[in-house]
Amino acid sequence: MLRHSVAAAALIGTALFTGVAFAQSGKVTVVTSFSKDVTDPFKQAFEKAHPGVTLDVQNRNTNAGVKFVEETKGNNQVDIFWASAPDAFEVLKGKGLLQKYKPKAEGIPDKIGSYPINDPENFYSGFAASGYGIMWNDRYAKANKLPDPKDWQDLAKPIYFDHVAMAAPSRSGTTHLTIETILQGEGWDQGWRTLKEVSGNFRQITERSFGVPEAVNSGQVGLGIVIDFFAFSSQASGFPVKFVYPTVTTIVPANVGVIANAPNKAGAEAFVDYLVSSAGQEVLLEPSIRRLPVNPAIYAKAPADYPNPFKDPSLGARVKFNVDISEKRTNVVDVLYDQTVTFQLEALKGATKAIQDAEAAIAKKDNADAKALVKEARDLVAAMPVTEQEASSPEIAGAFTGGKEKGARQAELEQKWAAFAKERYQQAQAKAEQAQKLAR
Amino acid sequence: MAGATTAGRARASSTSSGNFKRLLASPGQIALAFGIALFLLLFLVVPVGTVIYVAFTEKGTGEFTLVNFLDFARTDLFIRSFWNSVYVSAMSVVVASVFALPLAYITTRFEFRGAMLIQTLGFLPLIMPPFVGAVAMLLLFGRNGSVNLLLDDWLGIKIPFMEGLNGVIFVQAVHYFPFILINLSAALRNIDRAMEEAAQNLGSSGFRLFRRIVFPLAMPGYIAGASLVFVKVFDDLATPLLLNVKDMLAPQAYLRVTSIGIADPMGYVISVVLICMSILAMWISARAMRGKDYATVQRGGGGLAKRRMRPWESAVAYGAVLLILFLVLAPHLGLLLLSFATVWSFSPLPDAYTLAHYGRVFGESFVYVKNTMIYASIAGLIDVVLGTAIAYLVLRTKLIGREWLDWAATAALAIPGVVLGIGYLRTFYGVQLPDGTPLAALWIMIVLALAIRRLPYALRACYAALQQISVSLEEAAENLGATKLRTIRRIVLPLMGGGILAGFVTSFATAAVELSATLMLVQSNSDAPLAYGLYVFMQSPAGRGPGAALGVIAVLLVAVCTFASHLIIERSQKAKAVGR
Repeated sequence: MLRHSVAAAALIGTALFTGVAFAQSGKVTVVTSFSKDVTDPFKQAFEKAHPGVTLDVQNRNTNAGVKFVEETKGNNQVDIFWASAPDAFEVLKGKGLLQKYKPKAEGIPDKIGSYPINDPENFYSGFAASGYGIMWNDRYAKANKLPDPKDWQDLAKPIYFDHVAMAAPSRSGTTHLTIETILQGEGWDQGWRTLKEVSGNFRQITERSFGVPEAVNSGQVGLGIVIDFFAFSSQASGFPVKFVYPTVTTIVPANVGVIANAPNKAGAEAFVDYLVSSAGQEVLLEPSIRRLPVNPAIYAKAPADYPNPFKDPSLGARVKFNVDISEKRTNVVDVLYDQTVTFQLEALKGATKAIQDAEAAIAKKDNADAKALVKEARDLVAAMPVTEQEASSPEIAGAFTGGKEKGARQAELEQKWAAFAKERYQQAQAKAEQAQKLAR
Repeated sequence: MAGATTAGRARASSTSSGNFKRLLASPGQIALAFGIALFLLLFLVVPVGTVIYVAFTEKGTGEFTLVNFLDFARTDLFIRSFWNSVYVSAMSVVVASVFALPLAYITTRFEFRGAMLIQTLGFLPLIMPPFVGAVAMLLLFGRNGSVNLLLDDWLGIKIPFMEGLNGVIFVQAVHYFPFILINLSAALRNIDRAMEEAAQNLGSSGFRLFRRIVFPLAMPGYIAGASLVFVKVFDDLATPLLLNVKDMLAPQAYLRVTSIGIADPMGYVISVVLICMSILAMWISARAMRGKDYATVQRGGGGLAKRRMRPWESAVAYGAVLLILFLVLAPHLGLLLLSFATVWSFSPLPDAYTLAHYGRVFGESFVYVKNTMIYASIAGLIDVVLGTAIAYLVLRTKLIGREWLDWAATAALAIPGVVLGIGYLRTFYGVQLPDGTPLAALWIMIVLALAIRRLPYALRACYAALQQISVSLEEAAENLGATKLRTIRRIVLPLMGGGILAGFVTSFATAAVELSATLMLVQSNSDAPLAYGLYVFMQSPAGRGPGAALGVIAVLLVAVCTFASHLIIERSQKAKAVGR
């Protein structure tokens, strides 16, 4: 407090010549990670529906938005947090920065695909959904003679080596959900095996979600694992890109929540209601936005080829998703991926390339010993330092949440896991190279 | 001017000026030092301290501990990142020098048409608008950028300009070499012509003259620029992340500080390491300069004699200058193309061109431009005032602990913008104005954050400028009865003019495109600077063109201001020459 009064005293002079006034009447302040293409149509439609109310949109990336709300809670000026990543809302909820509100809209089911649309405790509500898929640059694919991918498994094929990109799950809440879905769908061990086989083909792992469509659009990488609307809006802008939903895909919701102690609570609630109302849901169909409404009735007004997760079972319905399991191990899964894949990408790629070459050699000239070696190499790559039980155990999960109790430190675990992975990737590469020699 | 020969020789010890320095500081100087210390404390040390103290606390208990630093030393990834950062920074200085030396030398030492234009253009790489600059660079030099697509077509090869650590070195050198260019040019202009003439009379000429006389005398400017490049590259996170190089220190710190929901001290531990390394680098560069006197007494008309070039010399010079300019300005060329492009994807040039992007940003960019001008110029002004004051206190007084002002200000380089932004929110958001608005919501906070972040640039330029001024000029003024204040106003400041302006331009220009701290502090669109507007556009595929258009506007804005200030430098030099 003393610090504050000192600061205040020193700043009175500077404050005197600033003429910024904040009109409180009828302003709804929104912190969002959505781009202008998404926020502008909603701003126009909402202000038209509620004359006299202005929507003040503050663009921040999701991390900065969460930090901002957290740091300013003592004197909160924000009404709404509006973003894709459900994990960001979980963090806000966990810190008591959201307040409960159940929107008045009717006709919205509990689940889209297998993912619950709203927070069960009503701290935040889903207003739109998006599916994950594979986007690729057509010119790049032609120049490199790459076939069109159809499914996740395709991405593990040798032909795509060094051509694929994805955002790091620790940096992109929606990518995290995709990873978690694979882990839950295929089981912990097989899930990680698949993930590493695909990741071994990666050209880059970006640190922001938009980095992937950007790299594909400009032709720096061939294929990217992205949310559908990135691909659709790229196509709408004229980029030579294509997109496919794999046979099994995750549906991830985009959410909105009212901030605790919102200065304009009524306005905030009106905005949430508007988003899930029929009028608000229809805005989602605009080409520059193109997200999937959570109200099934709206699809009647959509263009013919619009994906409909309520009708098409491949969009999310086939996937099982357990929110409780996911919540317990969110940070552990992210850090495991970062330490064993993102920061060891070179070693992983070295092993992957050697295995792919060895298998190509075996395909030409069969050799039982070489086959056994390749299998060993694959197992080494797939090995994880942590079992499924350990991953959600309080001892390990506690290392990442800054819990009050003493325990393992995050850096200790990270070093252990990174060393574990690196050692095995090197062994795997050696074995695969040996196999290649045998099969020659 | 009998003093000129002793004072001007590079290897002369500082004993001649020692007498003057031994004078105690006046009360006014002490008050000044306290004022600056308070400013730095309030707007740098305290806000940053509230964030990074976590590095020294034990998990769970919150007690003081150093175990986190032990973890740092025990983690392979961090150690690897540390050495990568050192290697990349050192090599960037080398490559940046290769770009900067010829440009600075040719434009200041020869009669060279368009010297001013070249100085301005050579400065532009520093202004690389966030995000779009990166896209433009990749479209030109990336794995499937224009250059490589053409090379692949013609020769079947690709050059990995932008791959791995070497890619980082290349991009950083292109980006930051203007630090060396601008400081070295200012220093070269300040060299006493008599030194050169004396050497020529004694039979020295050509490269020997440059190596033994000219370059050593310009050393303060070179060191100022080179140390800035080293520290800046060491602390920069944008370029490595753009090239997907994650095993360097600054990106590691950034990735950890900005991950949602993870409460991990390591990000702040790395920040502390970055700060210590930056201070160490500055300390080493100060050590390297110790015991040498670079001051010159006579302000020979316009610095070095400008020589007319022989035809073949001028052909070589123009060739070299054009080649370097083309290389370092390629990203801006890319940016320009991008702003007019409809679609540019996996092809050497865009598919077609349009003016639509400028149309889209025209209306709304006005408020961004206005805000940027206001913020960046106030920040630049604060920076040169503080920079000049700190340089004066460090070089001309014997106040105890005066170097700490320098080091504290320099440490600002190492603080990730997001850490400073969070610190400002934490420190100032609880403070309310009478009408209930939080202090941190005022736009002046953005200005202060910008000023703090860009202070090191201005400081280095002012420092180098003052180092080149002989104390005997001030002694003479004071002997003739001038007060200290009057001496500073009439003698020191005018002589430092070029350096101060260089500092202002650097701070102003880089503040105009800074994003990371701004993104934390912007509270409404009407208060937002250009970089924020750019960020908002660059989050969607449709925003790439308009974003590039805004980027071009930002670059033009800064270029015009830079050109204007070069004009001022040139004019004042000429005026001095005439007055003699």
